[in-house]
Amino acid sequence: MISSVFDYIRNSQVWNSIFRHGIPRDRRTRVMAVMSNVFLHLHPVAVRKSGIRLSFTWCMGGLTFFLFLAEAITGVLLMFYYRPVPERAFMDIIALRSHVTLGLLREIHRWGAHAMIIAIWLHMMRVFLTGSYKPPREFNWGVGVILLVITMLLSFTGYLLPWDQLAIWAITVGSNMGKATPGFGMQGPLTDFVKIGGIPFVTPRSDAAFILLAGTSVGENALLRFYVLHCIALPLAAAVLIAIHFWRIRKDGGISGPM
Amino acid sequence: MTSLLLNTLAMAGKAPMESPAWDGFKNLVNALSVPEVSLPLIFFLVFIPMFVFYKWWTKPAVAALLGIVFCIFYFGSMLIDYDYLLIVTKADNVPITIMLVGVGVTLWVAFRRAAINDTALAQGKPLPVEGKDDKVLVWPDLVYTEMLCLILGSIILVVWSILLRAPLESPANPLGPPNPSKAPWYFLGLQEMLVYFDPWMAGVILPGMIVSGLIGMPYFDTNPKGNGYYTIKERPFAIFTWLLGFIILWVVLIIFGTFLRGPNWNFFGPYQYWDSHLSVPLTNINLSDYVWVFGLKQPLPDNPFVREMPGIIFVIFWVCVLPVILAKTIMRKMYNQMGMLRFAYMALHLVIMGMMPLKMVLRWVFTLKYFIYLPEFNLNL
Ligand code: HEM
Repeated sequence: MISSVFDYIRNSQVWNSIFRHGIPRDRRTRVMAVMSNVFLHLHPVAVRKSGIRLSFTWCMGGLTFFLFLAEAITGVLLMFYYRPVPERAFMDIIALRSHVTLGLLREIHRWGAHAMIIAIWLHMMRVFLTGSYKPPREFNWGVGVILLVITMLLSFTGYLLPWDQLAIWAITVGSNMGKATPGFGMQGPLTDFVKIGGIPFVTPRSDAAFILLAGTSVGENALLRFYVLHCIALPLAAAVLIAIHFWRIRKDGGISGPM
Repeated sequence: MTSLLLNTLAMAGKAPMESPAWDGFKNLVNALSVPEVSLPLIFFLVFIPMFVFYKWWTKPAVAALLGIVFCIFYFGSMLIDYDYLLIVTKADNVPITIMLVGVGVTLWVAFRRAAINDTALAQGKPLPVEGKDDKVLVWPDLVYTEMLCLILGSIILVVWSILLRAPLESPANPLGPPNPSKAPWYFLGLQEMLVYFDPWMAGVILPGMIVSGLIGMPYFDTNPKGNGYYTIKERPFAIFTWLLGFIILWVVLIIFGTFLRGPNWNFFGPYQYWDSHLSVPLTNINLSDYVWVFGLKQPLPDNPFVREMPGIIFVIFWVCVLPVILAKTIMRKMYNQMGMLRFAYMALHLVIMGMMPLKMVLRWVFTLKYFIYLPEFNLNL
């Protein structure tokens, strides 16, 4: 009875218009399953057996990607409840805690972010320890390093958004470093020499920290700036680079193995 | 749920704390934890043996025993000390425990597989796992593994989120910084470096060099071996240096920054109360004082460049001359293989990285503050 219903569905025009191959039972249909699916065809059709073993990759690249997706989904949902202005931000988080059904959004988003940092470090360590950055994968390693920086910046910008004590002071500690940039920060070495016609080029309102915070301290402009970076600019950049990263894995010959 | 767990543990932690039975142990661990003792201990008793005895300690039975000992020490300590319990179970510090366990397990897997491969290579046999060139179809072999990882990852993330609420402190108060003010945990290695370097080094140059060093790595590491399989014997220098940076100068310093740095960034042992009134006198001395005042027995020269000449000479030596010496002596083979440009790029990153342990050791032994002290230009190193 049930199987005849399944058969009916699988033979329907609708099903066949979506999946252009039979059930992946034999070699031909399995190859088709990967090739005719836009997501699955990120993979090659066949891979080295040793390369996909859990003890080789630790699935850390995959987990990083999974966590990125989880962050994107929960992040969009969080945006429905959050306004990036000092008067509202903290109260919106409180409201999120008490009023939203199944209010795990913030938890998943926060712990997912921490987990993503750990996963990406371990992914990098495995790529290093298997020597997978060596030719022909030099460029993809570089793409990975940029992804690492973006991931840490995503976490850093997100840290400010709850607008509690932890948030603004952690960001203050971090962005104070900008003030010390040589030549570009007010307290940085050699900044005094950066003058044009005797007029200082770098002032408290134009130094590296100011550009980051849009202010001399962590205030409402910094909150807005971090919000836009966190929700739009950095995720977009990460998505593009992840696409390049995945494409290059295939083009570089799949997961590495001895030559 | 979490608070219940915490309360139970806290009560368990409070009771034995009164008993002096553990005091000797706690005092010993606290005393051993100060950076000038614990970092050399970790380096010489854990990091170096990790390489020397890697064929032995990675055996499953030995590794399991080491893991159990670590867990007893790490988690058992929660039962005997309330201060330790508080800091380790702080919601935002939970990821650090996960990172620690993650790094430990993955290092074991990597070293284990390297040990197996290196044994096979030494006997001239093909690599047991990576050496086989058999292919499998992505569907079903890979997609099923991926789905399993996805399901497992989702479950862990949701359970973690149910058990542990995301922390929220009191609303932001721009006038009232908490003490200590800490950056997010993944940057605490750099914040810990602030003890030894000024912000322009710890916050700008060092992270910049980490990124440029990582990106440059595939281009200056010209060793063709060890591409695509775990090995240590075929690329010992690369692995030792990289792990020194990642494990000791990054992960261990993060542990220091989160667990052992309290109010005013003072050091506290793991079983020590974070006393915000503790004042630690700063008695650090600049290299210029050492040379002019203590060495030559004369007052500091007025001209800042003359005054700081010893430090300037030293830094020029360390950054510009040392790489040349290395290229002519112990790294000669490497230099010949890499060529000048690659070697210069690698060596620059190497000596800057080396400056971190150097400055730490000089601080501990000679209370050295700065090599170069030029407050006139905000240029202190
Ligand atoms: C958002 C961040 C990242 C994502 C989603 C990601 C994802 C992946 C995935 C899924 C793979 C396939 C093999 C595996 O799982 O290990 C991979 C391979 C690779 N990744 Fe990443 N990665 C990221 C960051 C990085 C970083 C930080 C590095 C290095 C600094 C890096 C370097 C590489 C290289 C060189 C490969 C090819 C390795 C091989 O062929 O064995 N990736 N990445």
